[in-house]
Amino acid sequence: MSIFTQLISELFNILATFVMVLPYLIGYVLLIMLTLGIWRIVRRFMTPKQDFGALKTVTFGDESAVTSNSAASVISIVLIFVLWGSFTGSRWLPSVLHMPGAFQGEAGFSYTIELPDGSTQDATVDVVVFGAGENSPKLSVDEGAQSAKNDGVVIQAYRNKLLKWDANDEFSRKDGAKIIAINGQSIAPGGEAFVSNLRVAVTPKGTLNIEPNKGVQMEPIWLPAPEAVKDRLVEIATAGFKNFMLVEHLGYSLFRVIVGFFFGALVGIPLGYAMGLSDWFRGWFDPIVEFMRPVPPLALIPLVIIWAGIGEVGKIILLFLAALWIMAIAARAGVSGVRISKVHAAYSLGASKWQIMRYVIVPNSLPEIFTGARVAMGVCWGTVVAAELVAAEKGAGMMIMVASKFQQTDVVILGIILIGAIGFAIDMLMRWAEKIMVPWKGRG
Amino acid sequence: MTTDHGLNINNLSMRFDLPNGGSVQALKNVNLHLKSGELMSVLGPSGCGKTTLLNIIAGFLAPTEGEIQLNGSTVTGPSAERGMVFQQGALFEWMSVRENVGFGPKMKGTPKGEIRETVDHLLDTVGLGDFKEKAVYELSGGMQQRVALARCLANDPDVILMDEPLGALDALTREKMQSLVLKLWKETGKTIILITHSVEEALLLGERLLVMAPRPGRIHREYRLPFADLGVDQDLREVKKHPDYAEKREEILSMIWDMEEEIMGRMEAQS
Repeated sequence: MSIFTQLISELFNILATFVMVLPYLIGYVLLIMLTLGIWRIVRRFMTPKQDFGALKTVTFGDESAVTSNSAASVISIVLIFVLWGSFTGSRWLPSVLHMPGAFQGEAGFSYTIELPDGSTQDATVDVVVFGAGENSPKLSVDEGAQSAKNDGVVIQAYRNKLLKWDANDEFSRKDGAKIIAINGQSIAPGGEAFVSNLRVAVTPKGTLNIEPNKGVQMEPIWLPAPEAVKDRLVEIATAGFKNFMLVEHLGYSLFRVIVGFFFGALVGIPLGYAMGLSDWFRGWFDPIVEFMRPVPPLALIPLVIIWAGIGEVGKIILLFLAALWIMAIAARAGVSGVRISKVHAAYSLGASKWQIMRYVIVPNSLPEIFTGARVAMGVCWGTVVAAELVAAEKGAGMMIMVASKFQQTDVVILGIILIGAIGFAIDMLMRWAEKIMVPWKGRG
Repeated sequence: MTTDHGLNINNLSMRFDLPNGGSVQALKNVNLHLKSGELMSVLGPSGCGKTTLLNIIAGFLAPTEGEIQLNGSTVTGPSAERGMVFQQGALFEWMSVRENVGFGPKMKGTPKGEIRETVDHLLDTVGLGDFKEKAVYELSGGMQQRVALARCLANDPDVILMDEPLGALDALTREKMQSLVLKLWKETGKTIILITHSVEEALLLGERLLVMAPRPGRIHREYRLPFADLGVDQDLREVKKHPDYAEKREEILSMIWDMEEEIMGRMEAQS
């Protein structure tokens, strides 16, 4: 099969998935529109704002009239947690909001068997379904007096069980006995019947396959409830994860980012200045920088591991390389972006080259360098997590990778949330630093 | 005619190659002498080399022929004795108004107390006494140009070169700034060369008015005008009522108009 046909069939798979997801997307959008409608009605009862924006008659298409509606933001975040809780049966939500969950409790059905001589007998099956993580309960069954004995089965929610109904009977399938009806509905091998909370199928070989109703909630191993993630946070924060405390995992990741970025900036900024100030340096490094910049730092991981191993040095080399080109390009842009009239003005005010550098070029390039630093920190954070996914003893990425191998989905989700929160905090911190350090940004 | 005093521009030519193989004669045989304390405005259609001329005087460009002498010594590069005021955006926005104005003296290593005195005095003179500690980006365009003037004066240069310093200002602010330039000229007695696109500004702010012509850039005509002296203690709107003013204005306008027409004609012929 050629690559082309392979890709086409992949594309069809993807399209099929997309079509499957589409109703959910549409539902989500409808939910957004619904809350918008409710918000509009609610707003009518509030004191109207009388600011300048509220007096604009043209808002559709006026970019400045569109500011982020904080009510929508709040609802959006709350909704994510509500949906999460609703599909996982969270204890934090009133059970009215829960999606139908997997069936738990007692159920049962009767079946009819036909013997080779044409006579029929009835027996019952008692089913107990217990939740994941609970201890499997004991079930005692009154087998009854008839030759087809009553059966009992204990099943974990989301699982199914094969029942050899003839195991305790006085005759067996080998003798030619077969099930012909479930709860009075006739059934053939390979068929299935739905009784309350159960799906009962007869396999081609005649065994019963009992599957309790799964509902539409997610199984905890796919998506744990929010409180499970919180409990796991408390557990990992106090007891640690894989020999290291949570703060150690996160601290190591942060340490790598900060040290890698620091060295990247330490080399990258002077390199960028040299490229911005000297044609020889620009010519020398342009091909190198322009080539290395589009190479994703992640692609360097294998080489860095070969050269420097999986220890701290290797990680810091990787982050150094991730930050280096970004900082060099930012510093170069900062120098090149200096308005020539500022330099001319400084020269005709008697400044020397060194003074031009110190008082004009460096401060003028600071806004660009800060923008570069923000980008570099973001890239470094992404790179460190990826590098830890590949190989590490500690770190946020290692934490979620190891957890995924043990299907500890709660740790994975917790890790993703923490990684996201830290990335967001880094960006906020950089913005704040930018505001304090270069208040003139964009106002020259 | 060469004297040791003032600014001498001797037989200045500027010609440079273009990437496409051609070359541009930006200036040809420009001769000029400015006495110390003279105020000269320079006018001309775009492409007549007036900014090039100013950049050569400032020392940012080296002429291909001829030389410039200030008080007897040849200009080879930028220096504090030739201050420059730009149209806009030449202030250092990372410094406060005070730091901007004190920049020149600071570069020279003037003691802090002395800088402070100079800056205070100059900012009061240009009417920014209340804005000394502000950031420059907090000021309006007109105020920023006041800072630029003060910054230039703080260095006590022999010659002040102004490259359309008022070009980006609105009409009212511009008029106030024109009065300020005249006031500063009279108070400090500096030699000032001012490039402008506005005929009115050139008339008001030039004891001498130089009209330049393009291709190659050269001095087309020179006027001596009384309006700058009048404007020092009169309202500029009164000066504009002077009988000669309207006449000179029309004359120069049509002169420049003709040059622009000629350029357009040539461009059409080329294409």
